[in-house]
Amino acid sequence: MKLVMAIIKPFKLDEVRDALTGIGVHGLTVTEVKGYGRQKGHTEIYRGAEYAVSFLPKLKIEVAVAAGSVEKVVEAIAAAAKTGQIGDGKIFVHSIDQAVRIRTGETDNDAL
Amino acid sequence: MKLSSVLRWGAPALTAGLMLATAAYAQDAAAPAAAAAPAAPVPNKGDTTWMLLSTILVLLMTIPGLALFYGGLVRTKNMLSVLMQVMAISCVVMIIWVVYGYSLAFTDGGSLNPFVGGFSKAFLAGVDVTTVVESFSRGVVIPELVFVCFQMTFAAITPALIVGAFAERIKFSALLLFTVLWVTFIYFPMAHMVWFWGGPEFAATHPAEETVATAGLIWSFGAIDFAGGTVVHINAGITALVGALVLGKRIGYGKELMAPHSLTLTLVGAGLLWVGWFGFNAGSNLEANGYAALAMINTFLATAAAALAWMFVEWMAKGHPSMLGLASGAVAGLVAVTPAAGFAGPMGSIVLGLGAGVVCFIACTSVKNALGYDDSLDVFGVHCVGGILGAIATGILVNPALGGAGVVDYTLDNGAGTAGAYDMATQLIAQLKGVGVTILWSGIGSFIIYKIVDVVIGLRVSEDKEREGLDVTEHGERAYNL
Repeated sequence: MKLVMAIIKPFKLDEVRDALTGIGVHGLTVTEVKGYGRQKGHTEIYRGAEYAVSFLPKLKIEVAVAAGSVEKVVEAIAAAAKTGQIGDGKIFVHSIDQAVRIRTGETDNDAL
Repeated sequence: MKLSSVLRWGAPALTAGLMLATAAYAQDAAAPAAAAAPAAPVPNKGDTTWMLLSTILVLLMTIPGLALFYGGLVRTKNMLSVLMQVMAISCVVMIIWVVYGYSLAFTDGGSLNPFVGGFSKAFLAGVDVTTVVESFSRGVVIPELVFVCFQMTFAAITPALIVGAFAERIKFSALLLFTVLWVTFIYFPMAHMVWFWGGPEFAATHPAEETVATAGLIWSFGAIDFAGGTVVHINAGITALVGALVLGKRIGYGKELMAPHSLTLTLVGAGLLWVGWFGFNAGSNLEANGYAALAMINTFLATAAAALAWMFVEWMAKGHPSMLGLASGAVAGLVAVTPAAGFAGPMGSIVLGLGAGVVCFIACTSVKNALGYDDSLDVFGVHCVGGILGAIATGILVNPALGGAGVVDYTLDNGAGTAGAYDMATQLIAQLKGVGVTILWSGIGSFIIYKIVDVVIGLRVSEDKEREGLDVTEHGERAYNL
């Protein structure tokens, strides 16, 4: 089992969700996060106060999948989240040691 | 069931019968009295209604207008503290106002009369439903109680304006003590100096020197201030600057992000301020006539012009037209037109507004950053700077040759309201003297009061409390539990 974690632009969420649904992924978790990478921040001005906002809002999505479908999932997210501009985000893949579906007690691949 | 319906219909019929009888007796009694002496002026229902409504509008400016305008500009952790401060100050001042404030502002102070009134109307002694005060037209009066309430709302909003200067760091208990001392020693004397005079009837029937001699100091200079540019805005603005300097900067000022937490609420507040300001400016005419309408149109035009001026100058200087800039410009225009409302002409107000938008923008950006003081919500840059600009401009724009209304000389035409001769130099000097006295009285007086409160209670919360936010540490609650 693998956990695919992706940092994406917030407005790309629906496209990513549609792409994942299209390849049979049945669940994902979304978190609002802030961070920085190569994309520069922006300046906000409130009367005389100017603030350089270097942490930009992004979404972190997490999808747990069977090891065999990782390639497909990563490709789907990358294709859907891409704009070609800096700040599109990154995808990371972790290994998962164990999974349990709380309602039924099913474990590992059955629980995904 | 049947009995109750009979009673319900029966009672009004009985009352109506009694009223008819009373009215008949009243007419009988009034006839010989009218023949003996000219009847005292009676309040007009239209004027009275307008003043009742204006009073409520000024309250709306403060609660929730000013509270939300300021509240939106602070960080989430201090939202409630600002709402609390504005409303608590208003409540404190309302009570003090009827105990001795109204008396100190609007009665004869004997030997101290140039500066402050006396205690003859303390606890509203002698003020009841039958007493009246004059407006600015000879023979026009309104009930004294509505005047007491109208002026009460002015006394309540002025110290609340100062809150913006030391927002996010002042101790609540210190603020309450400060408010009591400040209105007592600064506001009530200022209101007396600017607004206390004998009234149209006195001025029309006495030599001009006598009218001047019995008026407040700034009134006696010949300075004109329609709705309180000096008393309210310069007064609060200079106290705000002194406060920002005495309390010092917020922790992290200039280093940490201190962005407004809800500019949406700030616009709601700014809108309520604008609406309420019609009561403030047009209500200051004290009667419903053409001058009230003049004050109204000026309050529209100067505000719109200043909002646009700030927006465009910010757009050019900083690259974006911001909503906060638009709202700030509107408030700057409202401040600047306050002394000019019933004196300037509509075209003069547009010029005044354009000037206020640009000047206050520069004061709140370049000047503030160059001097480095932390006036959290720009009370000085908007209210003091805009107020001074308005006070001086009023002296120019009142000129009938520039479309202004002129200054009434009550010694002419039996007090009919005829404008006297206008001399720009004389009027400008009077305006500058008024501004100067306000800055000195309020600046020095408020510095002393800040120091007293600092010794007695301590002005600032501890560093830990400031970091955690005043809502939880001072008031034990949070603005948003999402």
